[in-house]
Amino acid sequence: MVQIEIDGKLLEVEYGSTIIDAADKIGIAIPRFCYHKKLSVAANCRMCLVQVEKIAKPLPACATPVAEGMKIFTRSKQAVEAQKSVMEFLLINHPLDCPICDQGGECDLQDIAVAYGASGSRYTEEKRVVLNKNIGPLISTDMTRCIQCTRCVRFLKEVGGVQELGLVGRGEHAEITAYVDKSVNSELSGNIIDLCPVGALTSKPFRYSARGWELTRRPSIAPHDGLGSHIEVHVKDNKVMRVLPREKESINECWLSDRDRYSYEGLNSSDRLKVPMIKHNGAWVETDWKTALEFAAGQIKDITKQHGGAALGVLVSPNSTMEEGYLIKELAHGLGCDNVDYRLRQTDFRLDGKRAGTPWMGCNIQEIETLDRILLIGSNLRNEHPLLAQRFRKAVNNGAELSIVSPLDNNPLMDIAHKVIVRPNDMVNVLGQILKAMSKLQRLSLCLPPSLELLLSNIKVRDNTQAMAESLAGLGGEVDLVAPKVGIFLGNMALSDPRFTEMYSLAEAIGGICGAKGGILPAAANSTGMHLMGVMPSPLGMHARAMLEVPRRAYLLLNIEPELDCQHAALAKAAMAQAECVVALTAYKSAALENADVLLPIAPFSETSGTFMSMEGRVQSFAAVTKPLGKCRPAWKVLRVLANTLGLKGFEFDSSEQVKDKIFNGEKPSAVVWRSMNNNLKELVEIEVNVKQDGLQRIGEVPQYESDPIVRRSAPLQKTKYNTQPMARMRAEQIVALGLVEGDTVLARQDKGSAVLQVKLDNHVAMGCVRVTASHAGSVGLGDLMGDITIEKYEQQAVVRA
Amino acid sequence: MMIKVIKNTLSSLMLWELLKGMALTGRYFFARKITIQYPEERTPQSPRFRGLHALRRYPNGEERCIACKLCEAVCPALAISIESEQREDNTRRTTRYDIDLTKCIFCGLCEESCPVDSIVETRVFDYHGEQRGDLIYTKEMLLAVGDKHEKQIAADREQDRQFR
Repeated sequence: MVQIEIDGKLLEVEYGSTIIDAADKIGIAIPRFCYHKKLSVAANCRMCLVQVEKIAKPLPACATPVAEGMKIFTRSKQAVEAQKSVMEFLLINHPLDCPICDQGGECDLQDIAVAYGASGSRYTEEKRVVLNKNIGPLISTDMTRCIQCTRCVRFLKEVGGVQELGLVGRGEHAEITAYVDKSVNSELSGNIIDLCPVGALTSKPFRYSARGWELTRRPSIAPHDGLGSHIEVHVKDNKVMRVLPREKESINECWLSDRDRYSYEGLNSSDRLKVPMIKHNGAWVETDWKTALEFAAGQIKDITKQHGGAALGVLVSPNSTMEEGYLIKELAHGLGCDNVDYRLRQTDFRLDGKRAGTPWMGCNIQEIETLDRILLIGSNLRNEHPLLAQRFRKAVNNGAELSIVSPLDNNPLMDIAHKVIVRPNDMVNVLGQILKAMSKLQRLSLCLPPSLELLLSNIKVRDNTQAMAESLAGLGGEVDLVAPKVGIFLGNMALSDPRFTEMYSLAEAIGGICGAKGGILPAAANSTGMHLMGVMPSPLGMHARAMLEVPRRAYLLLNIEPELDCQHAALAKAAMAQAECVVALTAYKSAALENADVLLPIAPFSETSGTFMSMEGRVQSFAAVTKPLGKCRPAWKVLRVLANTLGLKGFEFDSSEQVKDKIFNGEKPSAVVWRSMNNNLKELVEIEVNVKQDGLQRIGEVPQYESDPIVRRSAPLQKTKYNTQPMARMRAEQIVALGLVEGDTVLARQDKGSAVLQVKLDNHVAMGCVRVTASHAGSVGLGDLMGDITIEKYEQQAVVRA
Repeated sequence: MMIKVIKNTLSSLMLWELLKGMALTGRYFFARKITIQYPEERTPQSPRFRGLHALRRYPNGEERCIACKLCEAVCPALAISIESEQREDNTRRTTRYDIDLTKCIFCGLCEESCPVDSIVETRVFDYHGEQRGDLIYTKEMLLAVGDKHEKQIAADREQDRQFR
């Protein structure tokens, strides 16, 4: 510790910290533009100059480490003069267009100019003008306003992982620019808007629509991924105008992914369902709540009475709140129906009933940074968890070794130590190799259970998997670690794979040998919460997949668009088409719900109170930020009244808090979570390691801006380059092997379904695989996300035959 | 006591009070008149008169308002409501600019805060509405007021320029 004095206040700070840190600690304001606590120090704005005793010139507080006995003056004559001069220089080229600047009213430059600048300008010469850059559909630029603090450059390089902006030129000619003809494509790009201390980078969708002072700021929780980022929703006239991050060091730090930031545009979409609707003679008729609920209840009651509760299938979006999940589960049970499931994109349900608890990510989000060895299985991290990827990046930058087993070779924008890119079918084999190699390592040598030993006996360990096993055991890297902190995580592609059980069991076995933490990285906001509450069938009931394979007479849908949210689009479509009655609780009037019979308008996350449980088991409740649109009602209310209309008992809830208390039995939520989070299996599951099938396999990834109904309707997100029409993406050798060329039109067939696609060269795809993105109108004719697929050259007749 | 009675009797007989009153009437009858024959005649107004609001245009016909919303923010009576957007030519413009004249206290802060001299208060004070809603002036109405009185508005601003 070092003792210093700032403006006459004595304090002790850690050795090596900077003056600005010390001043921030005791609340002394030092103006700054380029300094940001999460970014590296650039010291190029010079706004934080302070006087230090015995040093002739003022020093930048952000780049000067403290020394014993240092006396610092932030408001002395020298310091004030320095600040005033710097301010004058910064304002020389800054245009006086605050009235039309979106940053006006929430601008660091404005505030600091008022606090530290002179009252007038002495500058009469011409100001420089910098051309605006088009850097994509999310961020608008006014580069003349830029003061070259380089926060955006440093963010994209250090946090975003790739340098997409840079400072070119010197002095007067210095300007921030992207690569020629390139836009900023980072999935975290929105954060540079928050970072920009002036109005050079502002939000494009929000442009000119409101002023900071008109907006009411309300806290909420991000509803699109399992991270549970804290957000601040800005509301004007009962309309969500924008979403900003709310600082939470242990979850999202001060960042937010673009998906969470811009999805609000979907809330104001013209697709929103505002009144209940009933299908009458094939046409949609608007009606009132009473009629709609009675109609829905009547239909469900008739069918369950005649054919038993099993005739009903209940599909729940994992992005629904815990309250909604609980009520719909209880409602189904009340009707004697056991077919309730939230795992819409899962294929393999063999682990049902064999888990010891609720599967989760197996460690805290913050802990990821401290890992030494990481194994990612079947995860396109940046696509699935854009902000979580940043924690992994930090770990890798701290020296962790990252190993990847995946059918996709997408660049995670961090150094990869080892990777094996193989067909989904071969991933199990690769994991088996890692397990075998690891069990043979001298340090960890272990007798595997005989059954497993037998399974692995005819597996041949290759060099790359041997290296991976050694890395996970601690060898390699800067220093060989005897006891590395290891994390093993399974991503979306593993979760929706038909051989998830094998992957999970092997990952667990590997983790057991090397003492790893980790688990699954569930995709949706409340997957973990849904599992905790048991929004799943008992062994007698049907899981999500079975409900579609063996069609039900009636379906109750919560917050989903069947063909876009279920893992087998064609099956989902057919199942809905044949059902006698489909009751959909939905926020949107969607083409995917054309086969429904009743549409009950429910409120999206911004208009309802509720609770999400994040993948690290954090139970976070939030309140509504706006009133429900039109006749929309929070889904928990709709479910409560629907249950009452059905004559079910035990639904007398007056608030979502009461439902939450019921879910946790009045206990502290964290206590319940603490008890039930467990990634272990109760019993060993029979697995097969050596399935080798020939033929093509589909990799049906869900693009990040197609992941749920809200995101699908956010116009700015749909304009980004991430939104790509489904195409048959294959590597060059594969295209040649099929006798095709890039740009060919092909017919892709899966099960009974088919889709007409264009061939696209994509060398990130493993040999033997075709990458066809899911959750898109262009690929709803297809089946399993991860399954067999055939590709043939498309001819007009082929369609007629199909 | 006696004297008072006689005095009162005399003054009543002489109609003294009446004469006193008539004298006053007579004085005013011949004095210079101060009544203004509104609406034919008008009182003189200061160029800083704060009457009905107007939105001005530039000589080329482009509206001045840039939707900075400072007037809305400064208005102590919350009489102004503005909605803005990016117009097709990428400029910042209002889609709605309403002044509720029943709320307005004619303090002139909107005019003072305007960076482009768009919102101004004119000399017009004799406007009316037959229903309450009539006194909510929309952007079109305010622009029309501006167009009608632009000459006067410009002259008034010019006269006051050195003090602003």
